[in-house]
Amino acid sequence: MKRFMTLAMGLIVVASLSGCGYNALQRADESINAAWSEVVNQYQRRADLIPNLVETVKAFAAQEKNVLLGVTEARSRVGSIQVTPEMVNDPAALAQFDAAQGELSSALSRLLVVVENYPQLKSDANFRDLQAQLEGTENRIAVARQRYIKSVQDYNVIVRSFPSNLTAMIFGFDTKPQFTVENEQQIQQAPKVDFDSE
Amino acid sequence: MTANSLRGLLATAALLLAPLLASEAAIAEVPVPALTARVTDLTETLSNEQRSQLESRLAQFELQKGAQIGVLILPTTKPETIEQYAVRVQEEWQLGRAGVDDGVLLVVAKDDRTVRIEVGYGLEGALPDAIAKRIIEEDIIPRFRDGDFYAGISAGVTRMMGVIEGEPLPPPSRQSRVSRARTNLDWLFPTFVLLLIGRQLLTAVFGRFVGAGLSGSILGLIAWMVVGSLIAALVVGVLVFLFSLFAGIPGGRFYRPWGGGWSSGRGSSRGGWFSGGFGGGFSGGGGFSGGGGASGRW
Repeated sequence: MKRFMTLAMGLIVVASLSGCGYNALQRADESINAAWSEVVNQYQRRADLIPNLVETVKAFAAQEKNVLLGVTEARSRVGSIQVTPEMVNDPAALAQFDAAQGELSSALSRLLVVVENYPQLKSDANFRDLQAQLEGTENRIAVARQRYIKSVQDYNVIVRSFPSNLTAMIFGFDTKPQFTVENEQQIQQAPKVDFDSE
Repeated sequence: MTANSLRGLLATAALLLAPLLASEAAIAEVPVPALTARVTDLTETLSNEQRSQLESRLAQFELQKGAQIGVLILPTTKPETIEQYAVRVQEEWQLGRAGVDDGVLLVVAKDDRTVRIEVGYGLEGALPDAIAKRIIEEDIIPRFRDGDFYAGISAGVTRMMGVIEGEPLPPPSRQSRVSRARTNLDWLFPTFVLLLIGRQLLTAVFGRFVGAGLSGSILGLIAWMVVGSLIAALVVGVLVFLFSLFAGIPGGRFYRPWGGGWSSGRGSSRGGWFSGGFGGGFSGGGGFSGGGGASGRW
């Protein structure tokens, strides 16, 4: 019977090797990192578009100094934030990043509202291309954010549910902060770049 | 259990489920249609002839270039925007080859009067947002405004093909089964160890045949829980049973009627990519997109 017990114990230990969710945790953690890089990437893509956009608008609407300055300043604030992979673990840093990007979004939308008053600018081929790129980038940002939110959610579910929460506790996996809801709404509304209709 | 109490139980279950179902319906999104052909027309806008003509052009293009272009015409994408909907469709359909991500999806929401070109990662260079926007505004929308949907789609597709033509992509291969290795093999090692311990234990206690059967079903069950695939679980179960039954017998016949090879039952069904455009089905090759492209309104 002693042999039986030893074997039974062995069975349990081995079964718990894969059942404890350690690998699932690792995988989810890594997919958050990938999703986060994509978010950062797309925001960077937007930031890279801005100098060109500002220049083009300036050529037709130089008198809109305040709006243009607003965009430039918001962009430099975004650029001053040091983006690190560790950011995904730090709620404060994440909120700061999100707020700065949100400000840039609203500065951009103000700019695009102003643009409406300049028919010449609106029909400029260069501006139209830039606008298409900006629209595409805003959409990529939305997709990247959505995928990031999903991956954090998947990870947090693993960290919190039994029995993987025990593994998470032992190995120091903590839940990760999400993008906050207010910012989410802000982001969803602000980059209204589509003026072609109505 | 009497019929009455059963009815009561069912009523309670229905009561408990009702709010769940209602809330589900309130935020119902337009479902993604199954991908069966390159051109999916849910509005019956195109005639059969137009559709098959478009399909054969797209099939021909895929044979030559490897890139997959899909067309979806539907009444509305509401409550989602066409951008959100297009991303969901592409996540499901996976147009384009795995790893190359050379798929393009053209979505037309007729009642919303919106159109979108969703570009796979691999074609963002050939078909950047600005070009996609121009195709929509210069080729597609003017024809849509005239009410000629076929001409608009056809012109858009032609120009997209022209643009993609100039992009160096990996050559198409007829029998390429680029399966995305998304198989989860975590369970292999523990299963193997379990196999060694469990077999000995159970055959010692219950005798050879019953022990083999037991260890087969237990391991199958565990495999099912770990992998989440019934097929893999069955394979494991049968393997363990046969192994336990014959492994101990010197010179025992050890036959494998399934011809070797593990099937994971997961991911492999999507990985397949075939270009048989005529009469056969059609499936996406495992391509991804991340919201690139452009949309327009008419």
